[in-house]
Amino acid sequence: MKDLIQKLVESWGPSGYEDRVRELIRAEIADVVDEWRVDALGNLIAVRKPIRPGGMRVMLAAHMDEIGVMATYVDEKGFIRFTNIGGVYPLNLRGGRVQFRDGRVGVINREEKAEGDPTLAQMFIDVGAASREDCPVRVGDPAVFLRDFVDLGPRLVAKALDDRVGCAILIEVMKQLQDTPHEVVGVFTVQEEVGLRGATTSAFGVEPDLALAIDVTATGDTPEARKRPMKLGAGPAIKVKDRGMLAHPKVKDRLIETAERLGIPYQLEVLELGSTDAASIQTSRAGVPTGCVSIPTRYLHSPSEMVDYEDVTNTVRLILGFLREPIDLG
Amino acid sequence: MDTWALLKQLSEAPGVSGDEGAVRAILKEAIAPYVDEIRVDALGNLIAVQRATVEDPLRVMVEAHMDEVGLMVIRADKDGYLQFQKVGGIDDRILPAKAVRVGKDAIPGVIGIKPIHLLGSAERKKVLGVDDLRIDIGASSREEAERLVKRGDRAVFDTTFADLGPRVKGKAFDDRAGCTVLAALLAAGPYPVELHAVFAVQEEIGLRGARVAAYGIDPDLAIALEGTVADDLLKEKDESPTTELGKGPALTAMDRSVIVDPRLLRFLIQTAEQAGIPYQIKQPGVGGTDAGRIHLVREGVPSAVVAVPCRYIHGPVSLLDKQDMDWTIQLMEAALKRISPDVLAR
Ligand SMILES: [Zn+2]
Ligand SMILES: [Zn+2]
Repeated sequence: MKDLIQKLVESWGPSGYEDRVRELIRAEIADVVDEWRVDALGNLIAVRKPIRPGGMRVMLAAHMDEIGVMATYVDEKGFIRFTNIGGVYPLNLRGGRVQFRDGRVGVINREEKAEGDPTLAQMFIDVGAASREDCPVRVGDPAVFLRDFVDLGPRLVAKALDDRVGCAILIEVMKQLQDTPHEVVGVFTVQEEVGLRGATTSAFGVEPDLALAIDVTATGDTPEARKRPMKLGAGPAIKVKDRGMLAHPKVKDRLIETAERLGIPYQLEVLELGSTDAASIQTSRAGVPTGCVSIPTRYLHSPSEMVDYEDVTNTVRLILGFLREPIDLG
Repeated sequence: MDTWALLKQLSEAPGVSGDEGAVRAILKEAIAPYVDEIRVDALGNLIAVQRATVEDPLRVMVEAHMDEVGLMVIRADKDGYLQFQKVGGIDDRILPAKAVRVGKDAIPGVIGIKPIHLLGSAERKKVLGVDDLRIDIGASSREEAERLVKRGDRAVFDTTFADLGPRVKGKAFDDRAGCTVLAALLAAGPYPVELHAVFAVQEEIGLRGARVAAYGIDPDLAIALEGTVADDLLKEKDESPTTELGKGPALTAMDRSVIVDPRLLRFLIQTAEQAGIPYQIKQPGVGGTDAGRIHLVREGVPSAVVAVPCRYIHGPVSLLDKQDMDWTIQLMEAALKRISPDVLAR
């Protein structure tokens, strides 16, 4: 699965521009699913029909988009001003590199005169242009972090593990799924990082009976970190709540039972900030019982996010186990 | 259709969010000769359909909002001054000493302020908020004021439209400019698309009207027309003017509410370039428009934003360049003539 994760994280796809990631995923799953389609906003929706009766329509969502930046202005000297696409922290940018769609690379730095921590407005991208006329980047061009995938053995480091690692897990689930009573609809969503937008429209279209989001969550296991219960290597995090949602208690309990039955380590997630596609799926149409399985991740929204590989493979096992039997929400 | 006469009429009509009736009446009359169906929905959106010149057409929603930012009367003081609140985003600093019109009878008033003679130096530096300000309609008691004005009445800036030659000034070009463009598009139709023209309510207080209109229409794609920020006055630093007057329609790549569908952005750019119409890309990351709600309706609607650059919006007087508006109409006409389902091919 590491190769798959590497391919996904090294792919280029800021919110709204997910087409390359989508094509990569489509090629991975086209042969193992019964149908697939791309909806009006660009969500990739893949369906596996039930093998036996007694199930429901279960939507599994992982988002394809990654955070990035967009050029807002090219000054006379050819420096590019930019804005954020999703939650970009200025402190993670200085000295970093970004890549535009055509492969062109720029370095980010800051106005020296600006004191203290810079704001995005005090930073710029330098693509080596000598003047505005010479600058190949146009206002409105998006870019993402440029950073290699690194396999540290038990742990993986890359940009965009949020949420390409979720995409990799969902691909594996769609591939390995056997013997389920459920119609499993894998949705690779767009524009999560800018407000859960793809999940909003795809949940309306799919109309699931039950849904799970697969996304990353922050940990509290680094030096002097904010207090958070989640940590790397302790298994998939079964969400209890975050700022945008309370997981459906029966869905959450069912995930816990599954982990215990299969002997999969797990942790419970309570996240004060942040949210996932689950929040918008839950309130779609007349409401959808929704849960979320999270992969604990360090250094979120930086060019070097870190996950534990066993957490990843255990998440695949947990979701496959969850889908094996009929689910009673009564 | 005389676009400048229509813009003048629309600009001078009151239409604070939730109270768009006067603007709607003007538009209804202006577009009636050109449309096949016309209706007003539950929230007050004016929706007109112009049938296509071809079979199996794309259903295209083109939208502009009728409402403007303004004030709402809360109560009359015992001395007859009116307490008020803001409706939509207005900078407190621009309120004092402005002439306004209150309620459907357009009662003239002024937002009162102490004359400079009476101000201490500290007071002169202070920004007065709505709680410190009152509208003075010349009444001297609560009873007298309440005979003229009721709680909930809206007030707008009292601004006369004027033709400045190459440019025009008036209030509420955000988004009466868009409304005018949309009316002109209907007058120039029909097109090889089924055109659903939406004059929306309540944009300025949260993009409310366009959402329900889009839900009702369920279009294949949508384009929001706006009067947007031009910030092209002298700057201390070499930085973005957001948009500039005289450089053509502003196309949005991304704002706080929407990432414009790259296929539609590319199509609009190609259309402008082929037709030789100048265009500019609005500074990304700034503002939000009805497209922010439209694109999330039902199973999603690929959406774009095309805007006429306007200086000083959300204030008593805005100013735009006539050529920008003409170019915006030309670009949209060319787009509606050219657009086909291929544009949405992946
Ligand atoms: Zn995420
Ligand atoms: Zn507007």
